[in-house]
Amino acid sequence: MNQALENAAPELVELRIPARPEWVALARLAAATVANRLRFSIEEIEDVKLAVAEACTAVIQHEGHGEFIALDCEARSDALRIRVRDSGRHQAAHSSDRHMNFEEARIAGLGIFLIRTLMDEVSYDVHPQHGTDLLMVKRLASA
Amino acid sequence: MDIKVNVREAPGDCYVVDLSGEIDVYTSPKVKDAIGNLIDRGVYHLVINLEKVRYIDSTGLGVLIGGLKRVREHGGSVNLVCTNPQIKKIFDITGLVKIFGIFDSEDAAMKALV
Repeated sequence: MNQALENAAPELVELRIPARPEWVALARLAAATVANRLRFSIEEIEDVKLAVAEACTAVIQHEGHGEFIALDCEARSDALRIRVRDSGRHQAAHSSDRHMNFEEARIAGLGIFLIRTLMDEVSYDVHPQHGTDLLMVKRLASA
Repeated sequence: MDIKVNVREAPGDCYVVDLSGEIDVYTSPKVKDAIGNLIDRGVYHLVINLEKVRYIDSTGLGVLIGGLKRVREHGGSVNLVCTNPQIKKIFDITGLVKIFGIFDSEDAAMKALV
């Protein structure tokens, strides 16, 4: 564990990107940079990148998402906590889900499965007015 | 960030699709088009070379699954060439190792095509 980080207060890196496919690479790069600073292994950093990309992709592919995605990466001494939020209104979430075809639904399910498999903790809340709020945690093996 | 797609004909009525770069929600439509165009032309035996792919997510997996599903409707097959441990891990944890033939070399992938 990085001695400086071990003794430091949590550090927060915030990023706000347009909710469009071409910006997802920036979100995963930002998360990877924070994970690298926490001295996660290369494999763990790849896990974080993929989980963040899946979360952003889920937002983008969901009808009714907002204009932006907010990514908060909190570097703690023992873990990386990542929040992915969108600004969409999900009052019609269930009705829009019905418009998703079978293939899209299957791929979306694969994305959620990957997030749950690669991260240590995952929870999310879908709020009718404030959109989706996903929290994922990757713990440091050395913590 | 980008994906490079190169399609080339190979012996035995088969085509190889070389992919290079990152396959995500932004780039996967380009891969989908390349594979879809081949299938539309009646090519049902494909080797997709992922050796130079640094990253793939569920949208990329979805494109590969979609291609496999289409060629199988015509008795075809899709074999993958993949040596990147992280990408192999994604195929492993999603269970896709059971539906794709995944090989360490293009030669082996070609030989194994049905």
